[in-house]
Amino acid sequence: MPGKLKAKIVAGRHLPVMDRASDLTDAFVEVKFGNTTFKTDVCHKSLNPQWNSEWFKFEVDDEDLQDEPLQVTVLDHDTYSANDAIGKVYIDIDPLLCSEAASVISGWFPIYDTIHGIRGEINVLVKVELFNDLNRFRQSSCGVKFFCTTSIPRCYRAVMVHGFVEELVVNEDPEYQWIDRIRTPRASNEARQRLISLMSGELQRKIGLKVLEMGGNAVVGYLQCFDLEGESGLVVRAIGTACTLDKLSSGSAPNTNTHIALPTTSSSPPPFSPSKPCSRQSSSSDTDLSLTPKTGKNTWPRPLTHSHPSPSPHCGEFPFFTLTSFPPGFLVHVGGVVSARSVKLLDRIHNPALGNTRSYKLLDWNSVTADEPETRDAWWEEIRQEIKSHAKALGCHAVVGYSESTSICEEVCILSASGTAAILNPRYMREGSNCLFEEPSPPSCGFCHIPYDELNMPFPAQLTYCYLCRRQKVPDVLFTTIDLPPEAAVTGKGCLIQARLCRLKKKAQGEVNATAISNLLPFMEYELHTQLMNKLKLRSMNSLFGLHIQISVGENMLLGLASATGVYLTALPAPGGIQIAGKTPGELSNEHHILTIQKRINDTIAKNKELYQINPPELTEEVVGSPIPEPRQRSRLFRSHSESSDEVSELDLSHGKKDAFVLEIDDTDAVEDIHSLLTDAPTPTGFYSCNTEIMPGINNWTSGVQMFTSVRVFRLSNANLTNQGLNKIFTDLCENLLKSFYFKLRSMIPCCLCQLNFTVAVPEEELIQVTVTAVAMTFDKDQTQEKTADKPPTKGLSGGSETEEQLQFPLELCADSSSANSASVDYGSFADRCSTWLELLRLKAHTMRRGSVKTSRRTHARIHSHTPPCISVTVVKMTPLSFLPGTRIIKYLGIINMFFIRETTSLREEGGVSGFLHTFIAEVFSMVRAHVAALGGNAVVSYSMKECMLMENPNKNQAQCLINVSGDAVICVRETDQEPTPSTTNIGHTSASATDEAT
Amino acid sequence: MTMELDVFVGNTTIMDEEVYQLWLDGYTVNDAVKVRMDGGVMEECEASADVLLSDTMDQYRTFQMCERLLHSPSKLGNQLLFQIPPHRQAMLIERYYTFDDAFVREVLGKKLSKGTKKDLDDIGAKTGVTLKSCRRQFDNFKRVFKVVEELKGPLVENIRHHFLLSDKLARDYAAIVFFANNRFETGKRKLQYLTFQDFAFCAGQLISNWTVGAVGEPADHQRSFRFYMDVDLDKEFLQELKELKVLITDKDLLDQHKSLVCTALRGKTKAFNEMETNFKNLSRGLVNIAAKLTNTKDVRDFFIDLVEKFIEPCRSDRWTAADIRLYLTHYNNSAHILDTFKHQVVWDRYMGVVKSCIFKMYHD
Repeated sequence: MPGKLKAKIVAGRHLPVMDRASDLTDAFVEVKFGNTTFKTDVCHKSLNPQWNSEWFKFEVDDEDLQDEPLQVTVLDHDTYSANDAIGKVYIDIDPLLCSEAASVISGWFPIYDTIHGIRGEINVLVKVELFNDLNRFRQSSCGVKFFCTTSIPRCYRAVMVHGFVEELVVNEDPEYQWIDRIRTPRASNEARQRLISLMSGELQRKIGLKVLEMGGNAVVGYLQCFDLEGESGLVVRAIGTACTLDKLSSGSAPNTNTHIALPTTSSSPPPFSPSKPCSRQSSSSDTDLSLTPKTGKNTWPRPLTHSHPSPSPHCGEFPFFTLTSFPPGFLVHVGGVVSARSVKLLDRIHNPALGNTRSYKLLDWNSVTADEPETRDAWWEEIRQEIKSHAKALGCHAVVGYSESTSICEEVCILSASGTAAILNPRYMREGSNCLFEEPSPPSCGFCHIPYDELNMPFPAQLTYCYLCRRQKVPDVLFTTIDLPPEAAVTGKGCLIQARLCRLKKKAQGEVNATAISNLLPFMEYELHTQLMNKLKLRSMNSLFGLHIQISVGENMLLGLASATGVYLTALPAPGGIQIAGKTPGELSNEHHILTIQKRINDTIAKNKELYQINPPELTEEVVGSPIPEPRQRSRLFRSHSESSDEVSELDLSHGKKDAFVLEIDDTDAVEDIHSLLTDAPTPTGFYSCNTEIMPGINNWTSGVQMFTSVRVFRLSNANLTNQGLNKIFTDLCENLLKSFYFKLRSMIPCCLCQLNFTVAVPEEELIQVTVTAVAMTFDKDQTQEKTADKPPTKGLSGGSETEEQLQFPLELCADSSSANSASVDYGSFADRCSTWLELLRLKAHTMRRGSVKTSRRTHARIHSHTPPCISVTVVKMTPLSFLPGTRIIKYLGIINMFFIRETTSLREEGGVSGFLHTFIAEVFSMVRAHVAALGGNAVVSYSMKECMLMENPNKNQAQCLINVSGDAVICVRETDQEPTPSTTNIGHTSASATDEAT
Repeated sequence: MTMELDVFVGNTTIMDEEVYQLWLDGYTVNDAVKVRMDGGVMEECEASADVLLSDTMDQYRTFQMCERLLHSPSKLGNQLLFQIPPHRQAMLIERYYTFDDAFVREVLGKKLSKGTKKDLDDIGAKTGVTLKSCRRQFDNFKRVFKVVEELKGPLVENIRHHFLLSDKLARDYAAIVFFANNRFETGKRKLQYLTFQDFAFCAGQLISNWTVGAVGEPADHQRSFRFYMDVDLDKEFLQELKELKVLITDKDLLDQHKSLVCTALRGKTKAFNEMETNFKNLSRGLVNIAAKLTNTKDVRDFFIDLVEKFIEPCRSDRWTAADIRLYLTHYNNSAHILDTFKHQVVWDRYMGVVKSCIFKMYHD
């Protein structure tokens, strides 16, 4: 009995009128946890009842504490008939179970009803007393912290990164149980909400157990998804990265990666071990690393597995990381995107526990599921194995930025997984030895260097010497699923690049349908890839970050959407142009047509170069002291390293032989393709967009933040649509969405849309749904200009230094060691700036020590004092990013993971589907904010809407919608110093890493 | 591209003041889009008509969802559904309760009943305000009236507190409530030249001088024990006004008053002759108005009486505003010197208001 949960119902307000006669309500509250229920007194005839109840005490296992939510139901007392439910509040207790998170939940919660939406608010107080129990970790995993953030959380230091954790839980979907035919929609929705809440709790607890087993204390990059498989059941699955995190003493964490700056961490980047802390693979992988960049002549394949028979102690383990950004030095080389998809037919999940709503069997990854090969675990294992082997083929031993997703239509399910093959720095596994090794390559370009052997390349690619260090080979293009490493050298700014594709397919059933889909998939991937590559060239960029390819299946079509942030990496060669060639050169008119298209393309490239400020250093022939780069060719290979499946690589090879950079206009399709290439409207002046955390080229954020969600559904009216027509519609849909955002957010100019996350779905046969969540952030334009102007025009001084001027200023610091080689660097100003930054940093540290916050309560009070007294509601900011500009996160309060269902039978009265969904999304936001505020927080970071499933039947005047959101509740405070805050964040960060480099 | 569904929801609710105004003014979505296009917002940010339409729809939906809260503005501050910065909340409320002077001028003094509401389309047609906007404004008047009617304490304060309005707007609403409650006649042709602001000023004068609450703010601890309202005129005071009749019924007093005023005015104005000849008429007019105020019917005609009995005669004699000021000041003050006139306090309380009302109502 290791826990006591206490809840107190204080008051209600704005309750709905339940008694028409008196225009009032006789409200009381039921508080339920597990199977125990308490009731408050009835507060007669009031819309603002004051219950001020006693403390209701529940004595429960901590296992239940983790699984179950506290259920608060507000009812209207009725003497003669059944009491009417007003609504419910589910409160996740999990944040209270971790000593470092919240200590009390207290605040106003919206009372939510799945049919009527929010109906008033209720003030609840919840506390947990955990008893010390030696046996505590047997079934429960209290104390393991969960973070949605896909980087090391801001006020923590990673002591150890253990690796991949995953789990899935299945159950029957209450919506499809026989009982659903006789119960009300409300009861059915509530059963579903409760079940998913229970399953998420259990999932989290089981993942926590695995983390404890590995010796970790936290999960970072926790990604939980649920698959509504209809008849065949409900799957809740999660992946994450197990870590051992150390809390930095409060107040000393001014920014992102401060942990590196702490003097205690001489081995600054956190040690990495793909498996257990005391792994024995260290020495072998160490040699592996030192060999990789220097000789690079080993016979291929030369991945870890080769030199070492068993790469990790646990063969079942995958060296996958859900993180997308890493402490400096962690990421050594990046191979490219690896992805795998498979099409499965759903059948009933073999689950002996079916029929019993409360108990559902966990299908454990390691348990004896081998005799049930059709389980979801086996499917995912298959895919992960494929990913692993793809990574191996790229000469990499790890996969970073890893994620998994599904798309379900009727009985067909596409499972997808993708990540970035990479080599992580193994030297940190041996403690204390890291200082002996010299950094093999500067951090600004090291990750671009190829991890595979150039003589035995896994695929055709054009290699050149790195344009920064000129010591190692780099590919011509680089695709990744991770964020741009902050220390990377970038030219100009980045931008969002999207490839969109629709493919019609015949309606079919079962096996035939699945086959048809899997036959289409490689072609779609290939075409998406081609589009991406062309658009990248058109913007004169050479790499993609945060690449996310979603393929969504509908009854009669497949939708593919690839989003990424294009960047010009200074280390990589400049992209060649795009050449148009006609099939029949004889025709004059045709030739003229081609010429005009070619001109338009060239113009666009030129315009984009200017727009994104891409002016890479001119390569002079007489480069001294470095290997002469291979002569650049105009025509290049089309493909990068993003082969996903075998079929694709074969296709790719054939294309490679055809001199891919020339776009041939042989039929109308090709013309259409080129046109679609050019129809992407440029972002209006003052706007930038990306789908990553960091916008390359912008770092002076100001405090304006606007998170938003937008949903559009388009009904295809024309029954006889062609692929081309569909493509056009889909492209326009996405483009118009972006245009809409620019218009709506015009008051924030200059501003950047970050973490633009597009999700596509085919909810019904003729519907296309696009859901976007993103954040608009303002930045200081003048400062950027100043900064660029600041840079000494060293162009043409010497070959070695030309790259320096292209670096963003943070990099100048990072590249300290490398810049020592070049005589042309302005040392005076450099040192000057460096010292002032350091001084600033010291100053800041000082003020922070003085003003350090000791308890959460005090912080809370302080935040309240910040807000004007006239509002009683705490302002809660939300962002899909892991930080809020101009602020410092001082505490993580726990994960927010909420699932809501909303249904209506009066769709017209609620303003149609738009009105219905608009209200629902606003309600979801408000419930997230209320929970965060009740935890004592004032912001949600790494927020995402993982599901927004809308079903409508306008003829019946009905609609139903499911929404799943998640994020990290945090307390953040304004940066204290007077310096323009956003830039200080950067200064702090860079100087921190700079000092670190120096040691 | 017409969408089956198209929504945009920000964590901080996005509201465009221009669109809000169009919504308040009762424009349909399509009309609003047209107005915005003509306003040139499209060129400004490279938007298309589609974008504008989608944005307008979004905003209209948001406003509709907010409207419920705007009906009891104090809820807007502590509701959780929309995260709106305080200054935006204030803007939303203020604009929602702002009315068209042309519209309010038509309704002023009328009973805020269903009957009046039925005439709104006529009023709309006459004033050029859309029916939707008329309804909103009328419902606002009614809502404020209903809440404040039964409340004790200063009217303006009550309105400001319950509806979180600015001082100016709260005063205007107080005037509307006061006029509606006392059913002052404002619609007669002779009163057409007066603007709402003229009346609002007069209402302010009446509220702060002639109501029960005006006698003096009771101390806080007394407030709840004492009947303290300023929606209704002070009955006792109205009764006392009858005593002023002596000024015109007592011939000596009337002559004495006239000679005092004339002595003071002589040589100070070109209109002296007219003043002298008209003195008795004017004085009779003003005192008769005072004496009759015990009748509800005559209270309603208070403004029309002021115009007929005083303002019109002066205007036909071409008095300037300065003349009026001069005349009324001396008329008021001279009464104090009359030794047989004992009702100085009531006189001042009456004349103070009448004086400032006439100043305001006398347009050159």
